[in-house]
Amino acid sequence: MLSDLAWLPAPAADFRDRVRALRAEASAPRADLYERAVALATAALDESQLGQIARLARELVTGGSPPAQFSQLKLGLVGDGTLSLLAPAIAGSAVRHGLLVDMVEGDYGSAVQDALNPSSALHAAGLNMLLLAADARLLGLGRAAESVEDAERRVGAAFGQLKLIVEGLKPAVSAAVLVQTVVPPLEPLFGSFDRVEATSPYAMTLALNRRLADWALTGQIVLVDIARLAASIGLERWDAPGHWHASKLSFAPEMMPVYGDVIARTLAALRGRARKCLVLDLDNTLWGGVIGDDGVGGIKLGQGSATGEAFLAIQEAALDLRRRGVVLAVCSKNEEAAARLPFREHPEMVLKEDHIAVFQANWTDKAANLRAIAATLNIGVDSLVFLDDNPAERAQVRGALPLVAVPELPDEPALYPRMLMAAGYFEAVAFTQDDRDRAGMYQANAARAATVQASGDLDSYLAALEMVCTIRPVDATTRARAAQLINKSNQFNLTTRRYTEAQVEASEADPDRHISQIRLADRFGDNGVICILIANRAGEAWEIDTWLMSCRVLGRRVQEAALAHLAAAAMAQGARRLVGRYIPSAKNAMVRDHYAKLGFTQIGEDADGTTVWERVLADYVRPDLPMVLDDPTQAATALERQT
Amino acid sequence: MASEDILEQLREIMIDVFDLDDLQLTPQTTAEDVEEWDSLSHVRLVVAIERKFGFKLKNAEIEALKSVGDLVALIESKAAGG
Repeated sequence: MLSDLAWLPAPAADFRDRVRALRAEASAPRADLYERAVALATAALDESQLGQIARLARELVTGGSPPAQFSQLKLGLVGDGTLSLLAPAIAGSAVRHGLLVDMVEGDYGSAVQDALNPSSALHAAGLNMLLLAADARLLGLGRAAESVEDAERRVGAAFGQLKLIVEGLKPAVSAAVLVQTVVPPLEPLFGSFDRVEATSPYAMTLALNRRLADWALTGQIVLVDIARLAASIGLERWDAPGHWHASKLSFAPEMMPVYGDVIARTLAALRGRARKCLVLDLDNTLWGGVIGDDGVGGIKLGQGSATGEAFLAIQEAALDLRRRGVVLAVCSKNEEAAARLPFREHPEMVLKEDHIAVFQANWTDKAANLRAIAATLNIGVDSLVFLDDNPAERAQVRGALPLVAVPELPDEPALYPRMLMAAGYFEAVAFTQDDRDRAGMYQANAARAATVQASGDLDSYLAALEMVCTIRPVDATTRARAAQLINKSNQFNLTTRRYTEAQVEASEADPDRHISQIRLADRFGDNGVICILIANRAGEAWEIDTWLMSCRVLGRRVQEAALAHLAAAAMAQGARRLVGRYIPSAKNAMVRDHYAKLGFTQIGEDADGTTVWERVLADYVRPDLPMVLDDPTQAATALERQT
Repeated sequence: MASEDILEQLREIMIDVFDLDDLQLTPQTTAEDVEEWDSLSHVRLVVAIERKFGFKLKNAEIEALKSVGDLVALIESKAAGG
């Protein structure tokens, strides 16, 4: 996927002719040359085709009047080994990202001299940015060190050499200095012990990369994580000893296209050209099936099936992007009411309407809708990424709006997130408070906070949340989630008893067990299943086996609703007491006083700190709760009559 | 695959790799005859050949080449499974 740039479509069949046509007008570009050049470069080009695009870029610059939409930049390239093959791959890939990059190469094997000699070509070039591409083998990390002290000295020396080069050239660079991480060797020396043994080449490269990351955190350099790129592709394919010996190429030349794109997307991010908004199709992109045909109950989404989980993972990937500041939008051919239905009613939807900044569901063509989304958000269409499973829609959008990024998608939805993220549309060189704030602009949590402020006190805040608390038995549709909560919840968990999904299913059928799940929705969205209750029906006393809650709904008085449910269920079957147990664990101190707060009386304490509590039901009165309670058990028991 | 076919495919590859408008290629052609054919573009040429024909070339095989004719013969033998 990565090495063949699988998110990009195949190059045009007449690629060579089209490049020539563009080059012919390099000195007097037509108005649409920018779009045509970007469209031509937005394909899975090989290293020779990138070279042809790089030549076009060079001729546009020397022609004197390149289209103004291009961002121009002069990039110095220094480092170890043969750099000359890298330059066209970077400059060609850069056109894909709207950059015209003028490459200035250092001399072979003389990075330090280039840096320290104030009259070197690199110093004189008027660089905007600099890329330092080092190789572990030429930094003295390719062979094992003689001792731990020697290893430290060598890593220090390698780091010092890179720092010397950067500091020597920094005065000649107006903007950013990019430094690559070094790729660790594939061949083990000891084996797994390499990671443990500081003298191994592997451990030394990891130590150097750690120091580079720390350096990048200071903001003095921008890191380009080539070590991670190599690992993602596989060192076996990345590293080509034959090419190293023949021409001191740091990696297999087939990797040139993906290498070039990773460098280019970083340059684009530095120029503020990373994408800002992810636009999502709905049917068969966010869920399996067609909402208009299959209905909320028929679409595939959520735990329990491989396909349903794959679509869940796509939604989670989108939500993760939103959390780091990427705006989400929807563009779907659908009736709007039908399109919104899963967001409102499907219990497994991770994405909620509140997460979507612009929602375009209609029968107009998608290019028009994408234009509308960009206009609403006041950004260019070149800030959009459009995710759509349908090849025909993708082709229509690429044809009409070549500046929108439209990734190819494989047939397997499980691979959608990987494809989206591999493309690197949202490359960032930093993560700042501004990014967090941008996400927060659309964030429901911000709205919740505003509600607290507006309402002044907690009760009116809770009332303003318009909570709906739904309590039902655990069944086939909620079993997987219940088991997940049972096995993951640590803090708000009275007994920390773990049960498998099969055991949960057995409890559902067990006449001596009562097992319920509680779901909480509010005006900002559905929190999903947030509480599991299991009680053993033991005659006049019900023993609470499991009481756990998700921490995100703390302070919402859900535990009181849960107690009301248990009380009603127990009384309906003639029980007179509830018995609860707190078993201390390393993580559940927050619920030590849970039962005391709910009016239980302590009736015992074990040597391990376990406390036992009881609540007599005869005098139980359900308090007024700031929520709508949707619970057939309580409705049938009518607790209020007891008052 | 006939030698003429391989020669024609090589010509197409070289036009792309060396970024030429056209190229006269014969079995007698050597790197000295093509201005753009230097040690660097030679690396790209090898990669393009490997991609087109679907096999890898060894350094020793590449170093033994003296002319385009040798290259055609090498491709012919590799394509035949040699």
